[in-house]
Amino acid sequence: MSISGNEVRRPSRLFRNLSAKIASIPMILTALFVFLGGTLWTVLYSFTNSKLLPRLKFVGLDQYERLWSAPRWLTSIENLLVYGVLSLIFSLVIGFLLAALLDQKIRFEGVFRTIFLYPFALSFVVTGLTWQWILNPDFGVQRLVRNAGWESFTFNPLYDQRIVIYGILIAGLWQGTGLVMCLMLAGLRGIDEDIWKAARVDGIPMWKTYMFIVIPMMRPVFITTLVIIASGIVRLYDLVVAQTSGGPGGASEVPAKYVYDYMFLAQNLGQGFAASTMMLVTVAIVVVPWAYLEFGRRR
Amino acid sequence: MSNPGTLAAAVVGADAFRAPLEGPRGARPRRALSRRNIFLYGTLIVVALYYLVPLYVMIVTSLKGMPEIRLGNIFAPPVEITFEPWVKAWATACTGLNCDGLSRGFWNSVRITVPSVIFSIAVASVNGYALANWRFKGADTFFTILIVGAFIPYQVMIYPIVILLREIGLYGTLWGLIIVHSIFGMPILTLLFRNYFASVPEELFKAARVDGAGFWRIYFVIMLPMALPIFVVAIILQITGIWNDFLFGVIYTKPDTYPMTVQLNNIVNSVQGVKEYNVNMAATILTGLVPLIVYFVSGKLFVRGIAAGAVKG
Amino acid sequence: MPSVAVRNLSLNFGAVPVLKNLDLDIEEGEFLVLLGPSGCGKSTLLNCIAGLLDVSDGQIFIKGKNVTWEEPKDRGIGMVFQSYALYPQMTVKGNLTFGLKNAGVARDEIARRIARTAEILQIEPLLDRKPAQLSGGQRQRVAIGRALVRDVDVFLFDEPLSNLDAKLRSELRVEIKRLHQKLANTMIYVTHDQIEAMTLADRIAVMKGGLIQQLDHPQEIYKRPVNRYVAGFIGSPGMNFLDGAVSTDTGAPRFKAEGIDIPLDNYRFENARPGAAVFGIRPEHIGINSGDDWPFSAAASVEIVEPMGSDTLVWTRLGGQNLTIRVSSERAPRTGDQVSVGFDPMNASLFDAASGVRL
Repeated sequence: MSISGNEVRRPSRLFRNLSAKIASIPMILTALFVFLGGTLWTVLYSFTNSKLLPRLKFVGLDQYERLWSAPRWLTSIENLLVYGVLSLIFSLVIGFLLAALLDQKIRFEGVFRTIFLYPFALSFVVTGLTWQWILNPDFGVQRLVRNAGWESFTFNPLYDQRIVIYGILIAGLWQGTGLVMCLMLAGLRGIDEDIWKAARVDGIPMWKTYMFIVIPMMRPVFITTLVIIASGIVRLYDLVVAQTSGGPGGASEVPAKYVYDYMFLAQNLGQGFAASTMMLVTVAIVVVPWAYLEFGRRR
Repeated sequence: MSNPGTLAAAVVGADAFRAPLEGPRGARPRRALSRRNIFLYGTLIVVALYYLVPLYVMIVTSLKGMPEIRLGNIFAPPVEITFEPWVKAWATACTGLNCDGLSRGFWNSVRITVPSVIFSIAVASVNGYALANWRFKGADTFFTILIVGAFIPYQVMIYPIVILLREIGLYGTLWGLIIVHSIFGMPILTLLFRNYFASVPEELFKAARVDGAGFWRIYFVIMLPMALPIFVVAIILQITGIWNDFLFGVIYTKPDTYPMTVQLNNIVNSVQGVKEYNVNMAATILTGLVPLIVYFVSGKLFVRGIAAGAVKG
Repeated sequence: MPSVAVRNLSLNFGAVPVLKNLDLDIEEGEFLVLLGPSGCGKSTLLNCIAGLLDVSDGQIFIKGKNVTWEEPKDRGIGMVFQSYALYPQMTVKGNLTFGLKNAGVARDEIARRIARTAEILQIEPLLDRKPAQLSGGQRQRVAIGRALVRDVDVFLFDEPLSNLDAKLRSELRVEIKRLHQKLANTMIYVTHDQIEAMTLADRIAVMKGGLIQQLDHPQEIYKRPVNRYVAGFIGSPGMNFLDGAVSTDTGAPRFKAEGIDIPLDNYRFENARPGAAVFGIRPEHIGINSGDDWPFSAAASVEIVEPMGSDTLVWTRLGGQNLTIRVSSERAPRTGDQVSVGFDPMNASLFDAASGVRL
């Protein structure tokens, strides 16, 4: 290939853009060793019977069989499903409605937006502890209503196994709806103003314009928001730890907590790895079709 | 406006159409209390109250004494304001055997957040710059892995990182946690900076290269000063994100290096002793104070930051 | 009775006045163009007529009915937007019928109107497509169709051709003109493009700063602009302006500047008064070495020659001031030539130097 001219040699390919390559070393290391390597490592070790320390002793799908027959894991998955579906629906609906209300050329729009969004600045731990207090049966909402005269009123989500997940949902929605509202508002503001004018000239009522014109136009915003909420839901952890510690009686367990407890408390790494791999699969089920739709089609 | 009498006089005799003064004129009449406005503002105010109530409850609870809390309801304003719970939460509340309050967690969080913010942004901005302006072979592959990595649940990568940190002797130290924050902040920050630098006109970059400036010189002299707004966005994003972190803190630090969130949870959810709800609420507010201040001060930039950082979850 | 009448119309955005006490009558079947640079209030005025903006003061009448407080849908108007504003998730047919269905128009009536509109605009093959599958020109045609199916008396166009490339623009321009001839509706058309204005309009309203500067037939505006602003805005290449003064010292009025002395006997003064003035003459009204007997002629040197195809633009210096001349390309001189230029002041416009008002 080379007609070796001695004096003027093309610098070696490796050293071209050397500074850029050096600057990218942290990214390359992170991408390869943490994100790619770490994931593969965990998936690999989920097929072993590692206990206190990781060991490469393969046991096939044993860990997964045990996982899917563990009542605690099944509760966790059930909770995640209930929480996930309801939180998706409610945060999308409420977030969109709030955004639509704020889009009506409201006075003090900034004040309202600030109020709806501030919980998002708070951590899940703070959110969880706050709502733990408000939903406290002896001091909070339940007591308030009973004091007001309705003696038999019962609203005690944090100490009732059947509805504890809804107590967490209330807190989660309070914290996260503001974000959805913000994304939706940005989407609404991105709609060509002429569309609204055209609809007005056509005499289309506002709700119909939203339903049949604006919402269909905002499909990409909805999908992106959906993916963002969904990938956050799978990670649900701090909120549960702070608000209920998984209780009462393990009724509010979630997968992320299962992973942590088995890895760092129960010293059963294999179970932890298997559970975290299942979380990865869950995310992949949500994200891969979206990524395909979003990026795959364009090529 | 002129006298209506003279106006009427002017109409008489004039071409009826030339000067049509009867009928609607000017802006559509709008009542301030139209049904639409009542519905609109009514809904917004009710919802706003719902969002504000928890903050209100936290504050009033933290200002009451325990006897008052046991008797009254949580929404009632304090009869007798006391700051004792705040003092106790800050200085003497107990977690396990330690009884030096949240202050330790606060300072730990400061010592974690400040270097993490600086370090992660420094790395990510240079990275984004290299990706946007100095494309080299393979760069996009690594970047794609990084972005895909942003969607991987942390739980999948937690344990390998424990091993890595243990190998380099940083497991359980503040620096270990700082590295972890830099790693997990990298995807979104790199994306943020790459997109920003990619939007800078390429001619500027080319002109600088023709002038003989190299990689670092262009970065520090041209790109950095131009990217100040995006740096502010990144700083807001990182401060709130790192301060609010719980999972990494609980995994990668030890009790005496716990960040504030972890310590708060341990104080409030400790099973020993009598529950002091007023102290708990004071501690909760104290922990939420830093991100809240960042939020209220930064305003619109915060919105930009979360719109960009939402992917991080 | 005018088709559209605007009376004492004012609009303020906060404290900023955008439209200032406008009056405008548009006759039945007239094609009126609102022309001006961006920010002059032309689109704002159109939006007020459409009812999309609330006016601050004044009244609007359409077909003699006071519609100042009416909703856009009740004003008997159809509107076409610059960005087309088609509903992207609906087919072309859906776009055309959505408003009609909402208004409760009978199904066979809708079908009849769709068929007629599709035929007029020749969009029958596109009816089942979505806007994303259409070209820019097709989209604009559908947008016009959406106004057409409303079966209204007044059409409003808000810079409908600005998003199209030059070739398509001239094609659609002709089509809009044809449409107007066929339907004979009142049309109000906003544009910043003077060619569109000149070619389409029955009358043009030149706007600036929220005021109508001149409202007249295109030829009148071209020939007798009321002020220096209108004179400079209309015409491409732009009118030549020579600074100097009108003097009546020697009896008959003359325009004098350094090295220039133009007799104004042929000029139709509106209000003759001596003093500092600007003499405007269009490049196409000046001859070069024509041999004609011009009332004014002088020697000039050619500085730059710009061939533009059939015509050539010649940049000369006359008495230290720039003078551009449009000549047919066969007669174009070369750079550096000394030429004789001449024109008839009858074709010129004189403006007061301070106020810019036509003299």
